[in-house]
Amino acid sequence: MAEHEWDREQVQEVIRSNKDKPGALLPILHGIQDALGYVPPDSVPLIAGALNLSRAEVHGVISFYHYFRSTPPGKRTIYLCRAESCQAMGSAALESHAKDRLNIDYHETTGDGTFSLEPVYCLGNCACSPSIMIGKDVYGRVTADSFDDIIENMQVDAQ
Amino acid sequence: MTTVYISRDSGALSLGAEQVAAALRAEAAKRNIHCNLVRNGSRGMYWLEPLVEVATDRGRIAYGPVRVRDVPSLFEADFLQGGSHPLRLGPTDEIPYFKNQERLTFARVGATDPVSLEDYLTYEGYRGLRRALDMAPSAIVDEVTNSGLRGRGGAAFPTGIKWRTVLNTPSDIKYIVCNADEGDSGTFSDRMIMEGDPFVLIEGMTIAGLAVGAAQGYIYLRVEYPHAHRALTEAIEAAYRSGYLGKDILGSGKRFDLEVRLGAGAYVCGEETSLLESLEGKRGLVRFKPPLPAIEGLFGQPTVINNVISLASVPIILDKGGEYYRDYGMGRSRGTLPIQLAGNIKYPGLIEKAFGVTLREILYDYGGGSASGRPIRAVQVGGPLGAYLPESRFDTPLDYEAFSAIWAVLGHGGVVAFDDTVDMARMARYGMEFCAVESCGKCTPCRIGSTRGVEVIDKIMSGIDREKNLVLLRDLSDTLLNGSLCALGGMTPYPVLSALNHFPEDFGVSAAEKVA
Ligand SMILES: Cc1cc2nc3c(=O)[nH]c(=O)nc-3n(C[C@H](O)[C@H](O)[C@H](O)COP(=O)(O)O)c2cc1C
Ligand code: SF4
Ligand code: FES
Repeated sequence: MAEHEWDREQVQEVIRSNKDKPGALLPILHGIQDALGYVPPDSVPLIAGALNLSRAEVHGVISFYHYFRSTPPGKRTIYLCRAESCQAMGSAALESHAKDRLNIDYHETTGDGTFSLEPVYCLGNCACSPSIMIGKDVYGRVTADSFDDIIENMQVDAQ
Repeated sequence: MTTVYISRDSGALSLGAEQVAAALRAEAAKRNIHCNLVRNGSRGMYWLEPLVEVATDRGRIAYGPVRVRDVPSLFEADFLQGGSHPLRLGPTDEIPYFKNQERLTFARVGATDPVSLEDYLTYEGYRGLRRALDMAPSAIVDEVTNSGLRGRGGAAFPTGIKWRTVLNTPSDIKYIVCNADEGDSGTFSDRMIMEGDPFVLIEGMTIAGLAVGAAQGYIYLRVEYPHAHRALTEAIEAAYRSGYLGKDILGSGKRFDLEVRLGAGAYVCGEETSLLESLEGKRGLVRFKPPLPAIEGLFGQPTVINNVISLASVPIILDKGGEYYRDYGMGRSRGTLPIQLAGNIKYPGLIEKAFGVTLREILYDYGGGSASGRPIRAVQVGGPLGAYLPESRFDTPLDYEAFSAIWAVLGHGGVVAFDDTVDMARMARYGMEFCAVESCGKCTPCRIGSTRGVEVIDKIMSGIDREKNLVLLRDLSDTLLNGSLCALGGMTPYPVLSALNHFPEDFGVSAAEKVA
């Protein structure tokens, strides 16, 4: 895996401002992922040092949670709901459409680095199933057509 | 100046509420009309979202669902005076879906600006806290016990008894933890409260703090709810500014601090002990009980851990009295339940009713049948660990005991409908797969058994040694039921076996030769 450049100072700042909270590890990991889009594996020693934990403990936490990632995501992450209510409204077909259209599987990023695709188990938008979330925006009653519209509009934005 | 309401609830936003709000502003400016646009919570009638309401002297008049292209014609129809228009629905309060509910916990959701403390106070907010400030801790706990409130997060444990244990456990430090992990499919009432009336949760937690002697609260919120995060943050800041939180609540000398912490996408972190581990900054592994969290919870201290709706129901109980709340409901299920109706349904939404309403009433009187127009074949109640029920069970009243009598659970009150195109063997397979994806890994039946379960169902679906594999599936389910430390593994057999028992034909078994 290629090493990615990341801003050590930014990470140190997140650690500094959170490390005295009780149960600081999750807020620190969120802070780093908010700033960089992922938690760089070589930031683990810094976190472990600051919290007096072993690197294995920190790594164990990162790998336990679905949301934390160790590689940079695409410009936009598409979270597609796979849970029951969305299934009842055709999310399985939407899922195949999304994978075909982006030409990637779950946990992958498009070749041009624009989109990552992640499964999610319910967005709480079940009354408007099927649902997806991109960044912090939720979209309801998504069809293959509206999916294409949404990501085409974004591609324009991303340029 | 006329006030116009359009929701900031993420469901409404997911259907274009932000664009409609922008179009309303632009059109008003173009016409040189001044109106006051308030972003409220959702009334929970999602087929009508984006819903636009206008305050008139005849009450609020509703229009919906409004799309951007409808905006000019609304102004032409003089909707600001409640004018007639094809999208006009009449007074919001008179829409039958809404009118026939019994809204106690959700009384304000959709009515107010969620982050306006002023609105909250106007609509009877903080009356429960004011009363609690004058009561002895034990009397507060008694009030909650008398209300009959049982935890709305799934296990339905009496809230008053839990609080009593924490009150009676001596310690200088105690915690109130709100379980806002709401991971169940088909459930969104926690989200709607947090987005639509965050103060009611803050008030409920503050009262809990007074009741048991805890000065610190945490809301453990799932990361999938960014809009709830924003609303809670704004409301908590407002409560601090006005002395409803902090070191001297309303000059009483009592302290309560509150902080939101984000989860990171693990379903099992909704389980209370796993949630505590996660809050402590660890992997969300389930703890053995005892000790109960009420005795040794967060950071080893006595901790009240309650669901969002449980805590949000406390203010009205303190305001109007335990008896008022207990007068709703049936049997040992007292008060009201926010029922969440989703899946393949014509009128999906949130319906708050006293316990006792039947599944059929919810599905047909409220829900209007399936969205596809085909027959409703199966309904899953209570999230991914809940049973699938066939039509023959639709007359079951929503009541914890009535559901357990038919080997089902009410859980968080989520109802997900499927039409007759559903393949129940696939849903059973999904149930096992979900367990495999979300298992915390502590016990073998759950960690390994769920993966084996997916394989066994695959074989059944492809007709490989069907008889043998059906026996194996039941055996495996038995091990999960009896050998799991928590309900993730322990209840996965509910969706799996209920699918097999009620819909054997989907597994290639004719109803007649149903394996016992
Ligand atoms: C796997 C699993 C997931 C759970 N998820 C939630 C949840 O998201 N929200 C919740 O309030 N309770 C959840 N629960 C139930 C909690 O363990 C606990 O019973 C609840 O937080 C207690 O609060 P209450 O008494 O107010 O319901 C879950 C339980 C299990 C076993
Ligand atoms: S049943 Fe599953 S989720 Fe629950 S404690 Fe065991 S392994 Fe963890
Ligand atoms: S099941 Fe997809 S949003 Fe809830």
